[in-house]
Amino acid sequence: MSTELGHLALALALLSGLCLAVFPALGVWRNDRRLMDMATPAAYWQLLLVALAFACLIENFVTHQFSNQLVANHSNRDLPLNYRVAASWGSHEGSMLLWILMLAGWTAAVAALSGNLPQGLRARVLSVLGAISIGFYLFALLTSNPFERAVPAPLNGRDLNPLLQDPGMVFHPPLLYMGYVGFAVAFAFAIAGLLEGRFDSAWARWVRPWTIVAWAFLSLGIGLGSFWAYYELGWGGWWFWDPVENASFMPWLTGTALIHSLAVTEKRGNFRSWTVLLAIMAFSLSLLGTFLVRSGVLTSVHAFATDPTRGVFILIFLCLVIGGSLSLYAARAHAVHAGLAYGLMSRESMLLANNILMVVAMLAVLLGTLYPLVLDSLGQGRISVGPPYFDAVFVPLMLPALLLMAVGPLARWRQTPVPALAHRMRWAFAASVTTGVLLPLTAPSDYKPATALGLIMALWVASGVVMAGLENMKSPSGPLDPLRLRLQPGAWWGMQLAHLGVAAFVAGVTLVSSYEVELERKLAPGEVLQVDRDLALRFAEARLIRGPNYDGVQVRFEILRAGEVVGELSPEKRRYAASRQVMTEAAIRRSLGGDLYVALGEAVGDAWAVRVQKKPAVNWIWIGVVMMGLGGFWAAADARYRRRVGAAAAVPSGSAEPLR
Amino acid sequence: MSRWIRASIPLAVFLLIAWFLLQGLHRNPREIPSPLIDRPAPLAALERLQNLEHHLASASQAVATASLQGSGLAPTGVAASPSVSDGIGTSAPSSSSPAALYAGKVWMLNVWGSWCSGCQLEHPLLNALAAERLLPIVGLAWKDSPAQARQWLDRLGNPYSLVLMDLDGKAAIDWGVYGAPETFVIDARGMVRFKHVGPLSDEVVRGQLRPLLARLGAS
Repeated sequence: MSTELGHLALALALLSGLCLAVFPALGVWRNDRRLMDMATPAAYWQLLLVALAFACLIENFVTHQFSNQLVANHSNRDLPLNYRVAASWGSHEGSMLLWILMLAGWTAAVAALSGNLPQGLRARVLSVLGAISIGFYLFALLTSNPFERAVPAPLNGRDLNPLLQDPGMVFHPPLLYMGYVGFAVAFAFAIAGLLEGRFDSAWARWVRPWTIVAWAFLSLGIGLGSFWAYYELGWGGWWFWDPVENASFMPWLTGTALIHSLAVTEKRGNFRSWTVLLAIMAFSLSLLGTFLVRSGVLTSVHAFATDPTRGVFILIFLCLVIGGSLSLYAARAHAVHAGLAYGLMSRESMLLANNILMVVAMLAVLLGTLYPLVLDSLGQGRISVGPPYFDAVFVPLMLPALLLMAVGPLARWRQTPVPALAHRMRWAFAASVTTGVLLPLTAPSDYKPATALGLIMALWVASGVVMAGLENMKSPSGPLDPLRLRLQPGAWWGMQLAHLGVAAFVAGVTLVSSYEVELERKLAPGEVLQVDRDLALRFAEARLIRGPNYDGVQVRFEILRAGEVVGELSPEKRRYAASRQVMTEAAIRRSLGGDLYVALGEAVGDAWAVRVQKKPAVNWIWIGVVMMGLGGFWAAADARYRRRVGAAAAVPSGSAEPLR
Repeated sequence: MSRWIRASIPLAVFLLIAWFLLQGLHRNPREIPSPLIDRPAPLAALERLQNLEHHLASASQAVATASLQGSGLAPTGVAASPSVSDGIGTSAPSSSSPAALYAGKVWMLNVWGSWCSGCQLEHPLLNALAAERLLPIVGLAWKDSPAQARQWLDRLGNPYSLVLMDLDGKAAIDWGVYGAPETFVIDARGMVRFKHVGPLSDEVVRGQLRPLLARLGAS
C-alpha cells in the first residue's frame, strides 16, 4: 500500500515541480506578483511530497516489503535496521530519490530564506530549481522507479551488497548529495543573474553562503567516502583516482575555485563572468558525475546496475541543462562588466591564480577520467588511466596553489607591495623551510626530498594562518592582544580553519606516503611478524564467528611493542549468506600518530596470508578534511550574510542550517 | 566579437564531451581486448580434477594426453593418456594440456571458481551449450580448492569435458585472465579467436559465439 502511496507522492511532486518551474517564470514575464509568489508554496509542497515518497520507501525497507522490487533486490530479513534504512539509498533508484529529496530540501530552504531577495531574482532562482527537479522526477518515474512491484513477491530479499553494509553507507551518500545538489542553488543564481543581467556584489553576497555550505557538505562527503574506502576495501589506500571519485572531486575543485572567485566578486566586483561560469561548471560537473556513475560508460567500483536507456535519458538531460546554460552564458556573458582594475601583485591576482590552478587541475582530472572513453571512441583501443598520471599532473599544480594559500589572505586588495609582503612573511618562511628540511632527518628511513617539500608546504600554509592570527592580534598601541581576534568575522575564522585543515591534510598525505610500511606474509598460529624496529604482531588464535547475516573467521593478533603486549587486532573474513560474497574486514588500531592495519588474505591450511600496513599520520588527512568542512560552515554562518539588504520586512535569513 | 567567441568556448568544450559520452553509451568498457587474440593458445599443462570427464571421451582418447608434470610447456602429442571415461575415482590428479588434448579441434576454455558469483550466473548457459555438444568446454577452476570445485559442479551440473585446476593462478596469468568468469574460444589451429570477460549471456552466445563457431566449423 505504502508503495503505491510513495509512487503517487512522487508523481504529485512532479506536478508541484512543474508549478514551481512555470508559474514564477510566467510571473516574471507578466510582471505579476501573485504568480511569482506561488513559488513558495510550490517549493514547500514539493518538499512535503518528496519527503512522503522517501518515507514510504524507507518504510518498505524497514518492514521487509519484498513485493517492492527494490526491497527484494537490496534488502534481506536478516539485515539490521540501520542498514535497512541506508539500503533505501543503496541502489540506483533509491539514490536517485535521495538526490531528489536533497534538491527539494535545498529548494525549500531557498524559498524560506530568500525573503530579502528582489522579487524577480527570487522567482527566477526558484523557477530554475523547479526546472531542474522536473528532469529528475521524469528520470526517476520513467527509467528508475523506486516503487516498482515484484510479482510474485519473493519470501526473502537478495540482501544489500555487503560492501555497503557499513556505517559509511548511512552517512556518505547523504553528505555527498547535499554537496552535489547544493551547487544547484549556485547554478540557479547564475542563470537568474544571466537572465537579469545582474551580477553586483549583492548578488555575490546572496550566492556565497549557499555555495560555501554546499562545498562544505561535499568536502565532508568526499572525506567520509575516502575514509570508508580506506578501512572497508582492505587495500589501505585512501584515494584511488577511480572515475567515480574523480566525478565527485571535479565539482569540488570547481567549487573551491567558485567560493574564492565569489569572494572577489562580492568585495571588489571583479571576475563576474568567471564566477558565473564556475557556478555553471560546478553543477554541470555534478550532473556529469551522475551520468558517469549510472550510464556504464566507465568501469568503477561504484558502478550501479546500468541500463542504456538511463544513459540516453541523462545525456539528453545533460545537454539541455549544461548546453542550455552555456549557450545562455555565451549569449550574455560578454555584456557583463569588468570590475575595478587591480595590480599584478594583489589579492585579486593571487585569487585569480588560485582559480586558474583549480580549474586546470579539474580539467586534468576530467581529461584523465574521459581519456579512455575518448581513445575508445576514436578506435584507438582500450586503456585505463591510473594514479601515475594523476599524481604526476596533480601534485605540481597544487604546489603553487599551496604557496599562494599562505600569502593570499595577507595580501591587500588592488595592489600589494611585494617587499613589504616578503618582510611580513620572512619568519614564517624561514621557520617552515628549516623545520621542513630538518624534520625528515629524525625519521628512521632514508631522506627523501619530496617529504621535505611536502612538510615545507604544510608548515608554510599553517604559518600563513598563524601570521594572519598574529597580525590581527596587534593592537594599535603595539602589544599583542589575543582578545582582538574576537573582532574578526565568522568568514575570517572559517577561512583560517579551512586553510589549517589543508595544512593538516598535506602533512598527513606527505607523512603517510613517505613512511608507510606494507608487509604481506603467511603467518601460522603462534608466529610473530616484525613490522618495524619495535613493533611486532603475534598470531594468537583463529576462531569461527557468526553475525546476523554472515558467518566467517576472525583471527586475533597481539600487538607487541618491545616484547610487551600492548593491544590486539582482530581482522575478519566474512561470507554473507544471501549474496555468497566474501568480504574482508580489516582491523585497524587508530591513533593520531598513525594506524596499524591488518587484513586477512587467503587461508593456507591453518596459516593465513596476512597484509599488515603501518600508516603514519594517515588520520590527519581526514582531520584536515573535517576542518575544511567545519570551516565552510563557520564561514557561511557569518552574521554578514544574515544582514538585511535594503528590505524593510524582518525576514528569517541566513543559511547556516539548510533544511533537510 | 572576440569576447563573444571567448564566451562560447565552454559550450564548445561541453559539446565535444557530450559527443564522446554519446559514443561511450554504445560501448562496453568491460569488453577488454585480449593480446592473445589470433595468437597460439598457452600450452601449459595443469592438474586435472579427476573423474569429472563428461563427454567427448573419444576425443581425449584419440589424441594423446600430455603428461608432463609441473608447468613446462607440453609439446603436442606427448603420450600417456589416462583413462578418462570411467568416472570412478582412481589415482591422484594427473596433468593435462588442453591445447595439446584438443589440437585440431575447436574448443572453449571457461575460467571459473566456486567463489565467483558471476560464474554461477552463466553456468546454466554453459550447461545448455554442453548439452548441444557443439564443442568441448574446458573448465579452468581458478584459485579454487578441488573439494569446493567438485561440490560446486555436483550442485550446479558439470558442463565441462575436462576440468583443470589452477591452484596458484599461474595459468590464469598465461591466459591473461582479468577476472572470473572469462571465456575463450580456440580454433583447430590452436589459435585463440575469441575472448569474453564477465558472465556469458544469451546475447553473447547468440550474437557472437554461435556465428563464430559456425565460421570455425565446430561440429
